[in-house]
Amino acid sequence: MTGTMDQIFVLLQHWLTGFLPAAWQGPARVVLSVAVIVGLFPALFALTTVFERKGLGRIQNRIGPNRTGWLGILQPVADGIKSLTKEDIVPLSADGAVHFLAPVVLVVAVFMGFAVLPMGRKMVLVEMDAGLLFFFAMGASTELSVFMAGWSSRNKYSLLGAMRAVAQMISYEVPLLMSSVAVVMITGSLSLTRIVEAQDQYTWGFPHWYIFTPWGFAGFVMYAIAATAETNRSPFDLPEGESELVAGYHTEYSGFKFALFFLGEYLAMFSISGLGTTLFLGGWSAPFSWLGWIPSWIWFFSKLMLSIFVFIWLRGTLPRLRQDQLMNFAWKFVLPMTLLNLMVAALWRFLGEGWERWVICSAILVLAYVAMGRAGMHREHFGPRRYRYAE
Amino acid sequence: MSIAFYLIAALTLAGGLAAVLLKNTVHCALALTVAFAGLALLFLELDAQFAGFAQILVYIGAVAILVVFAILLTRGSETPKDGVYSRNWLAGLFIAAAVFAVLGWAVLQSAGGLPQGAVAAPTVTVLQIGNALVSRYVLPLEIVALLLTAAMIGAVIVAMHEKERQK
Amino acid sequence: MLGEGILKGLAETAKNFFGSFVTAERLTTVEYPEERIAPIEAARVFPFLVYDGGDWEAGLRCVACQICEKECPPKCIFIEKSKDKKPDALGKAQFYPAKFDIDISVCMSCQICVEVCPFEAIKMNTEFELATDDRFGGLLLDREHLARSNAYYHAIHATEAARVDAHLAAEKAKADAKAKAAADAAAAKALAPPAGGGD
Repeated sequence: MTGTMDQIFVLLQHWLTGFLPAAWQGPARVVLSVAVIVGLFPALFALTTVFERKGLGRIQNRIGPNRTGWLGILQPVADGIKSLTKEDIVPLSADGAVHFLAPVVLVVAVFMGFAVLPMGRKMVLVEMDAGLLFFFAMGASTELSVFMAGWSSRNKYSLLGAMRAVAQMISYEVPLLMSSVAVVMITGSLSLTRIVEAQDQYTWGFPHWYIFTPWGFAGFVMYAIAATAETNRSPFDLPEGESELVAGYHTEYSGFKFALFFLGEYLAMFSISGLGTTLFLGGWSAPFSWLGWIPSWIWFFSKLMLSIFVFIWLRGTLPRLRQDQLMNFAWKFVLPMTLLNLMVAALWRFLGEGWERWVICSAILVLAYVAMGRAGMHREHFGPRRYRYAE
Repeated sequence: MSIAFYLIAALTLAGGLAAVLLKNTVHCALALTVAFAGLALLFLELDAQFAGFAQILVYIGAVAILVVFAILLTRGSETPKDGVYSRNWLAGLFIAAAVFAVLGWAVLQSAGGLPQGAVAAPTVTVLQIGNALVSRYVLPLEIVALLLTAAMIGAVIVAMHEKERQK
Repeated sequence: MLGEGILKGLAETAKNFFGSFVTAERLTTVEYPEERIAPIEAARVFPFLVYDGGDWEAGLRCVACQICEKECPPKCIFIEKSKDKKPDALGKAQFYPAKFDIDISVCMSCQICVEVCPFEAIKMNTEFELATDDRFGGLLLDREHLARSNAYYHAIHATEAARVDAHLAAEKAKADAKAKAAADAAAAKALAPPAGGGD
């Protein structure tokens, strides 16, 4: 019974395509999976917008939207109708073709990323040997769309926002990849299904998720920081800072194109959280072996939604980082820590099983964290003013 | 030579042609990105997964952005007033045709040594590439690493000098 | 240690999030317009004219001295003095305002008119739901709309109204005492034998 529940979508897919002639079944299976992904994740996006607004509201001592439908659950419908019926304003001197293509490129690149995420046991759209590499390749394409949006608007502030956004995304791309490389090193494969299967083992009931290892925990923290920066989420949302740059690179977009940018940003958040769960939180595997009767896809989506709630929580807590603070942090703290993490992961592998490797690896990481925290993030201490006029 | 190959080749050629024929320099850079994407698709069609994805990651994700930044931070983003095409385009066409002829001759010469008939494409996994990089091709790997480090240090020094001169 | 502040902040927001379902302290908003929070005593929005007694025309304290009109910074008060006089609370015959308009789209709630009024006639109201769709006259409140009873004043600003009432009562007592003293002096003078003559 639990096996059937676990594989229910795969069985459904085979049953539905079974009605077609044999030659068409392969492509039909792919088309069906693609249709499900294209339908499911935007629906999840709509739900997330409500959760975000209500969650942020509660954190800020207020109720979120609660007038449209029970507990405000129909708010995304209202927002969708609004963005569809708004006038599509394109500035007169804007570059028409590029202005139109920018949101399209963003959404297409982000949707492609979902193709390699294993959402359940045997539930990957495309089983690729170099799945992780494909995911990061698609992530790199989103930077191009950000730049296209900012440049084609012919607006100084949009361009400035786009430049900042691209600089930020490129800077945090390196720690993102480096923290994933540690996982690849330990697993020995770039394929995401292999990575999840390697974490699907249990010792005394406890799972072998990589987050429960010293290098995995440090890697996960840095992956989370880099992921927050990659998707331009608070506290790294200076490029779209509403109080500084109006809306940054999507200032000149209105109506449906803006909704596409919004959708693209949230979908990027989903896919990068999905990758994070796959790499560090064990993907679709259950936390304890005796919980294995709950279907695997429920675990994957629960972990995904948990990551989203953490994103929302961070947004409600932290103030925005300034551009130079952001870049400082990336190059002077996160990148050295990820390189060290890579070496610690190698040490972990070569020390072999036993309690020594836990102690040594944890000690190295904690010491490095404290040392780099003191040295790398040097803050100026403001004393009493000793000059009369500014220089 | 399947239909997929012809489509991808057409895309690449269109991107390349647009990159030289368009007036706006940033449009040219974006058309070049389309050409890069076409190349990546060609790699993928030949089952070279690593090469294809690395092409997307490196060329589209980094080189295209670099080209675009370079265009923007210099004055290349303004459309030149007196036309884009140079006066001696005929000589340029002649040189391009000569280069193409040499390359084509080289490819066709080596095509004679290939095994006849349909052979299964060798599957090169990332593991094999990695192994080759650290065993047989370790010297090029180290030289590339040295080159990248030198480039980064050079960039930092250039940027630092500017800051000091301002003070 | 690096990151300590972030963790403390995260704990605080988590307390906010879960506390907002449990205590009212962590959910300070109300669902307007079904519920309303009562304004605090020192709240002020736009001015109103105080009247004593039941009839607003007869009991209006304002004597159209026009000090508030002159002192108002954005000049949003428009007063027209009456032609005749009527007795005020202390019995003296005073003018009264035939027209007293305040343009609340201009008023900036600075309370200067309240501070300069010598007759405690104009005070600050706490009513803010004054939106109207009449663009041209809807935000020009006239005498009738500005008049509110002293009981209403007590209801919205209890301590202030009590102080004002005490002050006015003291003044009235002083005026009464003066009038009584003057009456006694006049009566004494009338009763005393006339100086010189009367044999």
